[in-house]
Amino acid sequence: MNRLSWFNTVSLTLGFAFLYIPMVILIIFSFNESKLVTVWAGFSTKWYGELIQNQAFLDAAWVTLRVAVFSSTLATILGTAAAYVLVRSGRFFGRTLFSGMIYAPLVMPEVITGLSLLLLFIGIGLDRGILTIVLAHTTFSMCFVSVVVSSRLVTFDQSLEEAALDLGCSPAQAFRLVTLPIIAPAVISGWLLAFTLSLDDLVIASFTSGPSATTLPIKIFSAVRLGVSPEINALSTLMIAVVTVGVIAASLVTKRAMMRQRQDEQAAARTE
Amino acid sequence: MNATIFAPWDDPQAKPLIQFRNVTKRFGVFTAIDDLSLDIYEREFFALLGPSGCGKTTMMRMLAGFETPTEGHILLGGQDIDPIPPNKRAVNMMFQSYALFPHLSIWDNIAFGLRRDNMPKPDLEARVEEMLRLTRLEQFARRKPHQISGGQRQRVALARSLAKAPKLLLLDEPLGALDKKLRQDTQFELMDIQEKTGTTFVIVTHDQEEAMTVASRVAVMDQGRLMQVATPDRIYETPNSVYVADFIGDVNIIEGRATARTEESYQIDWAEGQPPLTAKSTTALATGQGCHLAIRPEKVTISAERPADAINAIQGEVHDIAYLGNLSTYHVKLANGTIIKAQTANTRRISRRSFTWEDPVWLSWTATAAVLLEH
Repeated sequence: MNRLSWFNTVSLTLGFAFLYIPMVILIIFSFNESKLVTVWAGFSTKWYGELIQNQAFLDAAWVTLRVAVFSSTLATILGTAAAYVLVRSGRFFGRTLFSGMIYAPLVMPEVITGLSLLLLFIGIGLDRGILTIVLAHTTFSMCFVSVVVSSRLVTFDQSLEEAALDLGCSPAQAFRLVTLPIIAPAVISGWLLAFTLSLDDLVIASFTSGPSATTLPIKIFSAVRLGVSPEINALSTLMIAVVTVGVIAASLVTKRAMMRQRQDEQAAARTE
Repeated sequence: MNATIFAPWDDPQAKPLIQFRNVTKRFGVFTAIDDLSLDIYEREFFALLGPSGCGKTTMMRMLAGFETPTEGHILLGGQDIDPIPPNKRAVNMMFQSYALFPHLSIWDNIAFGLRRDNMPKPDLEARVEEMLRLTRLEQFARRKPHQISGGQRQRVALARSLAKAPKLLLLDEPLGALDKKLRQDTQFELMDIQEKTGTTFVIVTHDQEEAMTVASRVAVMDQGRLMQVATPDRIYETPNSVYVADFIGDVNIIEGRATARTEESYQIDWAEGQPPLTAKSTTALATGQGCHLAIRPEKVTISAERPADAINAIQGEVHDIAYLGNLSTYHVKLANGTIIKAQTANTRRISRRSFTWEDPVWLSWTATAAVLLEH
């Protein structure tokens, strides 16, 4: 192990402090006894208790979860299909245009995406509610899925699909039995990405949500405008916990799979 | 013992399994296959040999159904297979990369094709076990492809492509990823398996030694055209062009002008101050016509004195010696600067070698040793 020089130690500390001090403060104050957010008055979990009884927050959380599950699933299907076509179909007229258009929403300002979707929904007379949020989230998150999946497909050995066809698969069977199981990790991480994007989206959701459906970020944002309550801190702490657990679990799964693969390959090399 | 020689290509009654009829394949402006016709017979081990980019892989992919001819037709058992998609053809392919499914065990890889045919379970199990036995993979059945060695993976790929008992098996550079020793063993294993199963094999390779070893017939290709289709010995002994002679093995090419002497015997004047050479040839050449004389190095005899009865004899000095262990190749420089290679078997120890650098020597060969080729 190399010892870090004092310069590196300082930069590391500063960097992490910059990233995590706000969150640490938020977590600490979620356990504050006092109703005043900035004054510490002893440890308590009472805000968590109150949170569970706050029906408005619970409703918003339920809406958010449903929106995230539906939109990320829809985005994964569409994004994977788009990635597959763009990577596989080789050259066709307008291919560059199409792939450029797939990635444009990545850099499109959210306000513009939100506004244009709002105009569309009004134009076709679609009542704003869960459905419109799902559609809007699908629209902006499918390009993220498409990026993740196509980067996997580029390195995918196409002869595997040809082998499947050669052994009697129809093209659809070849995709289901060979391609999909192999690119599954990329598809799953695309889904997770879409899921988290949908969970924390505020701008697009506020354009496309209606009175019948409010997502958690909208709820938090509007609650904060009336003053930060310790309840919000508690809610945010829970969200941080969920995201942290999710990220750690995902990275552990990938790491274990990689380690197993390496061990297997070493074992194979020994038997050679 | 089967006394009859396997040579359906010499039998006018024999029906070919595969027929290429004036097949042309173009990719944009590039012509990969140029008006090519070819018959391949049942139970043949047919090799498509050529440098990369000669169109051999395209021919294989057309047989598998991954490409369709731009013009012309391919017939399998008399039936035009152009409109049939790859999954409906009684043709299986062994891929260069093996293309084993990484998420399936060896057993499931081999069973994959059989499952698509909805084969009843007991039959399927019996067939997979049979394939595992044939390729000596029984103890690896439960492993995943990345848990076995390269040689074993090659055998899994073979077992998987043979499992459906195809009429025709295509092998795309099947041994390219193996090291030399393993490759040689595997070549004989392939021939064994081909004989046991009686399947028609078409192999694509750029390795001429491999093609010569395994194949019943070899097609030498260049730029989308067949240069010569014949048995390995004929390809080697009687190449029909300088390209084929040069592509297969080592060869000395001497350029000259032919003069007919007697029937099938020609005198070749090839250099100022050098005695003319004599060669027999069945192809008729006009007097004064430019020609090439191709002589294999092992057919050139090297000696200190001029052999008394030699028909062709030229003098030179040893310029270089390539010692290969079992053989030595002498590069002999003639008075006009031409280098002729002569090969001898090292039956004696190297310390007893008769010639060394800069020794004056005589090179000689018979009238039938060389092949006379038109320009």
